[in-house]
Amino acid sequence: MRAARANCPSRPIVFSLLLALVALVPEVISAAPQKNSNEEWLVLPGDIGRPGGRLVVSLRAEPKTLNPLIATDISSREVIGTMQADLVHIDRATQLTEPALAKSWKISPDGLQYTLVLRRGLKFSDGQPLDAEDVLFTFRLYLEEKVHAPQRDLLILDDKPISLRKVDSQTIVFQLPKTYSVAERLFDGLSILPKHLLEKPYEEGKIAQIGTLTTPANQWAGLGPFRLKEYVAGQRLVLERNPYYWKTDAKGNRLPYLDELVFLFVPSADAQVLRFQSGETDIISRLGAENFSVLSRQPGDYTMVDAGPGLEYNFLFFNLSDPTEKTPSEVPQKQKWFREEKFRQAVSAAIDREAIVRLVYQGRGAPLWGLVTPGNRRWRDEKRPHPPRSLEKARELLKEAGFSRGAASNGDSGLLDSSGKPVEFSLITSSSSAERTKMATLIQDDLKQLGMRVQVVPLEHRSLLDRVTQTKQYDACVLGAVSPDADPNADISVWLSSGGLHLWNPSQAHPATPWEAEIDRLMKEQLYARTFGQRKKLYDRAQEILWEYQPMIFLVSPDILSGARKAVGNFRPAVLEPYVLWNVEQLYFKDDVVKATR
Amino acid sequence: MRRKRAISGWLVLLIALHALVIFAGFFAPYDPTEQDRNNPYLPPMRLHFLDPQGHLHARPFAYSLRLREGSFDQYEENTALTIPLKFFVLGARYHLLGLVPGRWHLWGAEEQRIYLLGTDSYGRDLLSRFLYGGQVSLFAGLSGAGTTLLLGLCVGAMAGYYGGWRDDLLMRLAELFLALPWLYLLLALRAFLPLAVSPRQAFFLIVAILGAVGWARPARLVRGVVLSAKEQDFVRAARGFGATDGYLLRRHILPEASSVVLTQAAILVPQFVLAEMTLSFLGLGVPEPVPSWGNLLSALQQYSVLVSYWWMYLPALIMLPFFLGYLGLGSELQQPQEPYKIGKLTRSLE
Repeated sequence: MRAARANCPSRPIVFSLLLALVALVPEVISAAPQKNSNEEWLVLPGDIGRPGGRLVVSLRAEPKTLNPLIATDISSREVIGTMQADLVHIDRATQLTEPALAKSWKISPDGLQYTLVLRRGLKFSDGQPLDAEDVLFTFRLYLEEKVHAPQRDLLILDDKPISLRKVDSQTIVFQLPKTYSVAERLFDGLSILPKHLLEKPYEEGKIAQIGTLTTPANQWAGLGPFRLKEYVAGQRLVLERNPYYWKTDAKGNRLPYLDELVFLFVPSADAQVLRFQSGETDIISRLGAENFSVLSRQPGDYTMVDAGPGLEYNFLFFNLSDPTEKTPSEVPQKQKWFREEKFRQAVSAAIDREAIVRLVYQGRGAPLWGLVTPGNRRWRDEKRPHPPRSLEKARELLKEAGFSRGAASNGDSGLLDSSGKPVEFSLITSSSSAERTKMATLIQDDLKQLGMRVQVVPLEHRSLLDRVTQTKQYDACVLGAVSPDADPNADISVWLSSGGLHLWNPSQAHPATPWEAEIDRLMKEQLYARTFGQRKKLYDRAQEILWEYQPMIFLVSPDILSGARKAVGNFRPAVLEPYVLWNVEQLYFKDDVVKATR
Repeated sequence: MRRKRAISGWLVLLIALHALVIFAGFFAPYDPTEQDRNNPYLPPMRLHFLDPQGHLHARPFAYSLRLREGSFDQYEENTALTIPLKFFVLGARYHLLGLVPGRWHLWGAEEQRIYLLGTDSYGRDLLSRFLYGGQVSLFAGLSGAGTTLLLGLCVGAMAGYYGGWRDDLLMRLAELFLALPWLYLLLALRAFLPLAVSPRQAFFLIVAILGAVGWARPARLVRGVVLSAKEQDFVRAARGFGATDGYLLRRHILPEASSVVLTQAAILVPQFVLAEMTLSFLGLGVPEPVPSWGNLLSALQQYSVLVSYWWMYLPALIMLPFFLGYLGLGSELQQPQEPYKIGKLTRSLE
């Protein structure tokens, strides 16, 4: 097949699709000042900054690696995000895909072929040029089973890997085994790696040993705005400006503006606040509501930004899984209540979500009635009902389901099931999250009003997950999760009954209930649907079913809270990860404060 | 004489304080688990006698507090609405000593609620939580210390008095207990226990754990005292007159250790109250919403609470007289050793 260019499309459908994409990000392609025909830089809108300066941010933990092939922890990914680049990127502000290393892409009419065209003149941070060979090599690594890259699962659809071939040094064709809605979102976060540095270690089987924090700076390179300069174990990681970076501002100044980016390792949230207050760090993110209030109340030379609810959703679920041999005998007994839809609906109706927002997040959050948070602009369902808390309705539902209030055999009055057993269960939650423990305590009090006796059990996070997914030794659980992307495909393993994150009854061989089967069908259908409208309709229906049967009782979505020195320009926190450093190449220091000498 | 008076002084203080805690149902105005969700982190209300017009009131009153516009934890006084303090009011039900039901409270307010120590993050009355929390913490601390000392005394006396292989065995065991990484063992222990632990089970669990963990140190101390005491002249004399081991230990040697034991008790009780807090944090303590002093203090682990809500420190401050009482009593009991010893010596020579 002939290499198809974005500006001379071979088929009109593709052209109109591409036009629509280009229209969504207007400045990106059209306004590029082409100084040199061999260089096609991406031009970013936004304030024109001044070059120079050193930005200091804190990380909760030391990154484990700089190598995207093995990184799984948040800190590593946060750092890698500033050192690497992807072919197609999701703009954190608009939540839409935009061209990155690939200046354009087009999709074949059957939706199976993606043709990506690389920008001209791209260079790695060590000055070596990038071409299609690097892309082929990178994807070979991602797909290679021996490498165990966390990205591998994304690139395998229906047990068949995505295949790719080079057309010329600038053009690559990706062949999907099956149609996949918005496949270009897959490219986000898949860093393109330097073949010239990785080929040898790969052949020697030492791919995991390269790109560690102690790798010499000249043996590691990326396409991101910053490159490795210095690492001091236990203290900090210093990155310096990548002079070969491929983005400019509207005036044609090469980005990034900053000379240096420093990550300080500050293990606790409270210590991060103190460091920020004392001026040791310039940006603070992933703030809790209470610390955010403290910083907002005390005047300082910083601005605090509440970006609104993010993609985190907190929820309560009951153990609906089939008992295993390890399940304690009293769980199946209690599951008789949990499996009753009206019981779950009653619990949902009795929970005071507004109080959770007020008391746990000091008003900095949004009550939640479905998995899609208000922060997910395109996918939230505006028609979703938001019923207020109603104890009367909850009592009515329980009555219909055969529960009654009365005195149990031990004399205490409370809610009894149809066989006269008192309704009591334990609610596990992660002890490392003060917020969730607080939520559980509020829910405990809410359910006390219905006569249910609930015991809150904070557990260490790992043993909690073990109970939920492996041993199934629990009654109910309060948990939180963050969608990795605004697209519903990112949460697919929560929705599908075969999914590992289908927490109330994970990894089922066959859907246990007809409504789970229906959700499976809807989610699979939307996976292969082509238009946004179709997908949205299917997805809204799935949400409706989830609300009807309440296997997950959604509680609240906290706001994304962050802050920066007033001197930091272009500081625009987003509700997608990474919340503040997503536009790190555009951050700059406004005044003449010579940060570099600090 | 002076010593006796001091001891009874401390004792009276301790008894009075413990009475407050034992009869918390009556002295506390509210149910400690009741959440007033509209008033989280409400600062302590001040009692007034003078109204804004300058009139003197015989009955103290507080002004009601309301949330400042747009805030979730900042309050302002509403001087238009007064809450008079009333004595002997009907309120939440309780059971004194877990048996006698009651509804009368020493003081409180009608219609509006009055918070003399403020509220916590759920809008629960801190004063009530403090008094009820003492029931759990003080008695866990006291019985934990009792178990520890009893074990320590037995082991220490045995090791010190008999010596030889028994001494070696017991002391190596004590060293082993001191060297164990308790925090991790407790985490492991948690995994074996049933998921939900009722407050009562939790209480006995705490006592058992504190007793098991703490015995080694007092045992070593007691052993030291017993070792030196058994070589004393009056002990040798008694043995020469044919006294049995049991008699010697009971009558002559262990009384020598009383000062060590009492000092240990005075130190251990406050220490165990703090240990209870650690256990609560690991999910081995008294579960929410039941209050304990450990639970009250654990709120202070957060920086935002430290800098924003000063009244959350108050429970820690009010605990001081309790601990002071124990330490004062301990030091008074320990101080005038010499006259007592001489008196005993002359007695045993008679």
